[in-house]
Amino acid sequence: MSILVFIESAEGAIKKSSLEAVSFAAAMANGSPVVAVAMGSIDSSALAQAGAAGASKVLHIADARLDQGIIQAYATAIAAAMAKEGAKTLVLAKSSLGDPVAARVAIKTNASLVSNVAELPNTNGGFKVKRSIYTGKAFAEVELTAETKILAIKKNAVTLKEDGAPASVEAFSVDFGANDFGMNITSTDKTTGEILLPEAEIVVSGGRGMKGPENWGMLEDLAKALGAATGCSKPVSDIGWRPHHEHVGQTGVKVSPNLYIAVGISGAIQHLAGVNSSKVIVVINKDADAPFFKAADYGIVGDAFEVVPKLTEAIKAAK
Amino acid sequence: MKILVCISHVPDTTSKISFTDNHTKFDSNGVQFIIGPYDDYALARAIEIKEATGGTVTVLNVGEADTEPTIRKALAIGADDAIRVNAFPSDSYFVAQQIASIAKEEKYDMILMGRESIDFNGGMVHGMVGEMLGIPSVSPVMKLEVEGGKAKMAREIEGGKEYLEVSLPLVAGCQEPIAEWKIPNMRGIMSARTKPLKVVEPASNDTRTKLSQYQMPAAKGAVKMVSADNVAELVSLLKNEAKVL
Repeated sequence: MSILVFIESAEGAIKKSSLEAVSFAAAMANGSPVVAVAMGSIDSSALAQAGAAGASKVLHIADARLDQGIIQAYATAIAAAMAKEGAKTLVLAKSSLGDPVAARVAIKTNASLVSNVAELPNTNGGFKVKRSIYTGKAFAEVELTAETKILAIKKNAVTLKEDGAPASVEAFSVDFGANDFGMNITSTDKTTGEILLPEAEIVVSGGRGMKGPENWGMLEDLAKALGAATGCSKPVSDIGWRPHHEHVGQTGVKVSPNLYIAVGISGAIQHLAGVNSSKVIVVINKDADAPFFKAADYGIVGDAFEVVPKLTEAIKAAK
Repeated sequence: MKILVCISHVPDTTSKISFTDNHTKFDSNGVQFIIGPYDDYALARAIEIKEATGGTVTVLNVGEADTEPTIRKALAIGADDAIRVNAFPSDSYFVAQQIASIAKEEKYDMILMGRESIDFNGGMVHGMVGEMLGIPSVSPVMKLEVEGGKAKMAREIEGGKEYLEVSLPLVAGCQEPIAEWKIPNMRGIMSARTKPLKVVEPASNDTRTKLSQYQMPAAKGAVKMVSADNVAELVSLLKNEAKVL
């Protein structure tokens, strides 16, 4: 029985987190077909890339109204795609669109839904998944008891597969309900051309130790040298030095990159909650007693204003 | 405007998390419980809207009797009355059913809650309630204005936000900076004691997931310190030892 994967795109390409979701589905499929479903205006050639990650087919609902993330319409479309494929499992990447859509699909399809899935399911006696809870401070093993199952996966839950053959792309149309387009998106205010924080493999974050927004240039230089996204601590976004969508922590974005570099962040438990599933953490702080060092893999005690430019140079030199 | 605010009863954000009973129960020993921080934003915005346009704010919690101090705090902050569904909130689906069942009777104009609870972080209850009621659900909402039967909202997306309009009724999962948290004053605390808190039994006991056990993350090794005068060593460690560059 096929597994369906909801994939999102950004700037004309499938998002990396969605490709990870495809790889996750392929790893659990055990030979069953993995079918991706994509919405809105995007080139077939871009969609065929889902094949590399493990999809055999992509259903494309090329309705231009879906160029915007209309939550109800997306939920209707995904449920229709599941019905068409006879799919009893849906996998998707956790995201600002994936989460609210998955919740509605779960009700439409009478499914068990688990979010923040951190590993491939364990199917020895039942269907259980490990999910992170308490904002990454712990895990829970949860059994999905309904026949239909939906998994919203965390970043880095699985290694990205990149060696599959291109997928076939099939046009699919959906009969939407009268209320599906009740939500009217009037405008979008979004940075373009930058690496998005939840997608980034490397994140460079700054805290109050940066002393002011005018000093962010050196962090941006470091991020650029690393191909990283920039983030910040809660106080920094609260005072308005940086926009809210860069706030990493318990009540902000939770990241799980391969490398998290924290500069001038003391490491309050609420900040750690947002970063503790990072693979490697580097802390740069002038206070040797900063609690963040206890959660770090590598640390430098020193003045950010001296260390960061040197680090940027060293990274450029090492390339 | 008739507003329902759903609140979770969760460990304070600074809590150390541990488990008992062979990793099947949360150890609440020494843990302080609070209104979910995101729910607290939703509550604050609901009260602002009520103060501006009139109406009522009801708070709803699905929880056992030990959540009542948390509910009283929401009443002290300014909600008019409260409902407690007397049951352990087993999973998102279970909680969503209770909310939807009450909302079907009461016909709220808006059902607000946090974008997620900070214990299970699922962020799924608002969407489920919206689907069960056949009304729009929007999350995570960082701005909410109501005007002529419509809600104008800003929703956070990766790398920015989108602005949207939806007709009432609706369900919204809220987050900062939708409003400033409100701190109860003495008058609020006094009046909260006598505000109505209705206890009802669950409308259904169905769940769709079952907890097997809790696990703690693997312990982190000791931090390796590098001299500030030798950042090249850090780069080499990240490249050759950690293999993340």
